Amino acid sequence: MEKILLSHGGGGEEMNALINDIIFKAFDNEILKSANDAALLRLNSTNLAFTTDSFVVTPLFFSGGDIGKIAICGTVNDLLMVGAKPLYLSCSFIIEEGFSIDEFKQILNSMSKTAKKAGVFIVCGDTKVVPKGKCDKIFINTSGVGEVIKEINTINLGSQQKAKILVSGDIARHGSVIMQARDELGFESELESDCKPLNEVVLEILKTITPLAMRDATRGGLSAVLNEWAKFCKVSIKVKEARIKISDEVMGICEILGFEPCDLANEGTFVLAVEEKDALKALEILQKFDKNANIIGETFKDDKNRVILETIYGVERFLEPPKGELLPRIC
Amino acid sequence: MDLINDFRDKTHILNLSKLIKKASNKPLNIMEICGGHTHSIMKFGIDKLVGENIKFIHGPGCPVCVMPRHNIDEAIKLSSMPNTIFTTLADMLRVPGSFSTLQKQRAKGCDIRALYSPLDAINIALENPKKNVIFFAIGFETTTPMSAVVVEKALNLNLKNLFFHINHVTVPAPVMALLDDENVKIDAFLGPSHVSVIIGSKPYEKIAKTYKKPIAISGFEPLDMMDSILNLVNQFNENKFEVYNEYDRVVKPNGNEKALNLIKKYFKEVDFSWRGLGLIPKSGLDLKGEFDAINARKVFDCSVESKPENKACICGEILKGRKNPPDCKVFGKVCNPQNPLGSCMVSSEGACAAYYKYKRGS
Repeated sequence: MEKILLSHGGGGEEMNALINDIIFKAFDNEILKSANDAALLRLNSTNLAFTTDSFVVTPLFFSGGDIGKIAICGTVNDLLMVGAKPLYLSCSFIIEEGFSIDEFKQILNSMSKTAKKAGVFIVCGDTKVVPKGKCDKIFINTSGVGEVIKEINTINLGSQQKAKILVSGDIARHGSVIMQARDELGFESELESDCKPLNEVVLEILKTITPLAMRDATRGGLSAVLNEWAKFCKVSIKVKEARIKISDEVMGICEILGFEPCDLANEGTFVLAVEEKDALKALEILQKFDKNANIIGETFKDDKNRVILETIYGVERFLEPPKGELLPRIC
Repeated sequence: MDLINDFRDKTHILNLSKLIKKASNKPLNIMEICGGHTHSIMKFGIDKLVGENIKFIHGPGCPVCVMPRHNIDEAIKLSSMPNTIFTTLADMLRVPGSFSTLQKQRAKGCDIRALYSPLDAINIALENPKKNVIFFAIGFETTTPMSAVVVEKALNLNLKNLFFHINHVTVPAPVMALLDDENVKIDAFLGPSHVSVIIGSKPYEKIAKTYKKPIAISGFEPLDMMDSILNLVNQFNENKFEVYNEYDRVVKPNGNEKALNLIKKYFKEVDFSWRGLGLIPKSGLDLKGEFDAINARKVFDCSVESKPENKACICGEILKGRKNPPDCKVFGKVCNPQNPLGSCMVSSEGACAAYYKYKRGS
């Protein structure tokens, strides 16, 4: 009998297969299958967005954040990515017996602070404690509802001849910080996770333009987002390596371990697709919040639906979505 | 000096590209021995920067690719023993054995851990004194000294619960075996710099002279590789058969003597059956007889029956440089990184995985 492997949760192709071939089949409905970051719902003439996410992070505390901060940012950002203003969150804890109350308080404080920054209220929740060994310290689930300001439906990306693709900052910080924070690597640097709520920047974007697609580049990183868009919207995407900003620290960690920065997770960096006419306006807004934001490429129509990376030397290769567990190279 | 950006400088790379294209006026088959070089060629598009006369042949230098199925079956058997923690390095988890992979065994509940550093095996053994910890050691000369360090530490600490299944292999032996095969058409070699950091440049000198093949010991950054390729083109044009040490910022002629002595202290040369290449005499390493008490092969029952390789898979031909990944009928179809049939698709440094990732469908 086939088993669930760690790679089924990695944000790459295996996870896509699990969602599309097994989960979507079981819960078959049109809203779910639209595969946006949050479900777009209509309730008595009000347009709502609804989303949920679970957070299992090792280590719980890392440079630039902790599991509590991510649990708020993840759900808030998912609501923003469909054009909704986040309003209310639920919060559920599964805690392993023996977990430190002090650390729990630290996580709650961080959640409270981040929720205030994101302008959301945590209005309901649940707590379960399980025997030691039945979960890893603490797992958090948050769900959220938001009011739709402008409905962003990713499928619209496919209708454009030449949509421009932008990234809101430098990439792969969160994934690199988590790897660095795992004691066994023994790296030291001043690198911080990009983990943050994106409400200010996204709400300002929504005031000015109507994006074709938005996606926070979490697990699977930039390459997963671009490949999902290419496949789902039936377009090809060409991006220029020289325009994708990567910090020296991230580059160093990736080189040592043999990872592609484009495959690593972000927690406060998002990808934006806009009509050509809106690209410079969008860039101007993004750069107000992060000078590393950039227009990295554009879509074009062909029958291959692939993501092409133009290297800094002007030659082209494919940018594939990550596959399997991210494992460091052997030599 | 910026150790990443300066070695990827666009102006220098494009200048070298022009020089290589100008100098390369007849077909030249360069084998990059190491999978790390294959990966760099694809990742940076180096194959498109050197002109049409240069063809890269992807060599046997990927520790995962060359691991015989029988040894994986042994690993799976060992990892399934009760009261055992089985440890190895990363990519090894996905290599298909005859009936399973270490990754699948882990999902079934076996305690299998991917280590970031071989030294972690020591800590695991210390933290789990009632369990048998087995370290499945793999790799070329780059990883062998570290395994020797782990053996030395385990002996010094008098650890009774840490055992070693050694599968280390050496680079020069398969290079000579390839050159002895008259069907293999190789004109020059890119030698891996990290291997030469340990063994030095000297072991290649005899190969270059005897077989009349120029060899460049090259780093893995684009600038390193382009400079090395230009040197190989020039040597080829001038009928020279020398060893060019491009990575002389680290590689010395005699290598790292301390590391080599450590290897000699604990390991002996043994014949090794390479996946795809077959048995090559004295191309592998195992623990010396006096360390039988920590040699997993001697302490535990490792007898397994292995299935023959899948007939559709041409990894052997690819490792010998006779075929390219797209020549394989199953490439990118039934054989892909999620479901690798052959070893070259398993490791991110394998030739098939590199083609799949960067060139599939182009």
